[in-house]
Amino acid sequence: MKKLGALLILAMIGIFCYTSSGLPTISDPKSPPSQHVSPRYIEKSKIETGSPNFVTAVLADYRGYDTLGETTVIFVAGAATVMILRAGKGKGGEGK
Amino acid sequence: MKHRFGSIVLDTAFRVLVPFTLLYGFYVLVHGEYSPGGGFQAGALLAAGVLIARLVQGEEAVYDLSGNKAVVLAGLGAGLYALIGFITMVFGGKFLEYGRLPLSVHDPAELHVYGILGIEIGVTIGVMATIIAIFDALTRGEDLYDD
Repeated sequence: MKKLGALLILAMIGIFCYTSSGLPTISDPKSPPSQHVSPRYIEKSKIETGSPNFVTAVLADYRGYDTLGETTVIFVAGAATVMILRAGKGKGGEGK
Repeated sequence: MKHRFGSIVLDTAFRVLVPFTLLYGFYVLVHGEYSPGGGFQAGALLAAGVLIARLVQGEEAVYDLSGNKAVVLAGLGAGLYALIGFITMVFGGKFLEYGRLPLSVHDPAELHVYGILGIEIGVTIGVMATIIAIFDALTRGEDLYDD
């Protein structure tokens, strides 16, 4: 069973290494994101959102739902962490 | 010289680090619209300030925001973000369409700034309270176990 787990992890590492070689190079001007998405944000974000900062425009306007999701994920992760830690600590003593 | 918190290191950490960390956190929050920064970073900074104060003061911590209260506050932060989205829907816009916020300013660009500030405050509260809650669960939980 342990060997199977190790094999699975190795297989996943191999798949990740292989697929990461297919990603566009960072700062490659001919990659699809640089040709469609980035110019749109650079040219239109000021007109469309009125925000002087690209990052804020993307974070709060174009990707507003995404940021809401991120905040929720942080909250849920924090709540889960607190619950797990308390459950572990409570076992030896009286708990809370 | 009398040391309020036990030693000169702790005194300096409290008197110098805490106010500047908290102030910088607020700066990063309110300048999120124009400069690098925003809710997540501001939340981490504010939490760092509160945690330094707590590490120095120990049980006599002034910022008593612990355990369940912190978790509830984190939920309220995320809720504030969603609430702003729903307010814009109630007033006839799309979800998170900041130009529809019911404030007494009629310039959409300015409304947009207030809307973004609102959601950034929500994110900040959420991140800050989450970090404090995790820290509390790690430290105070141990005290509970030792008793």
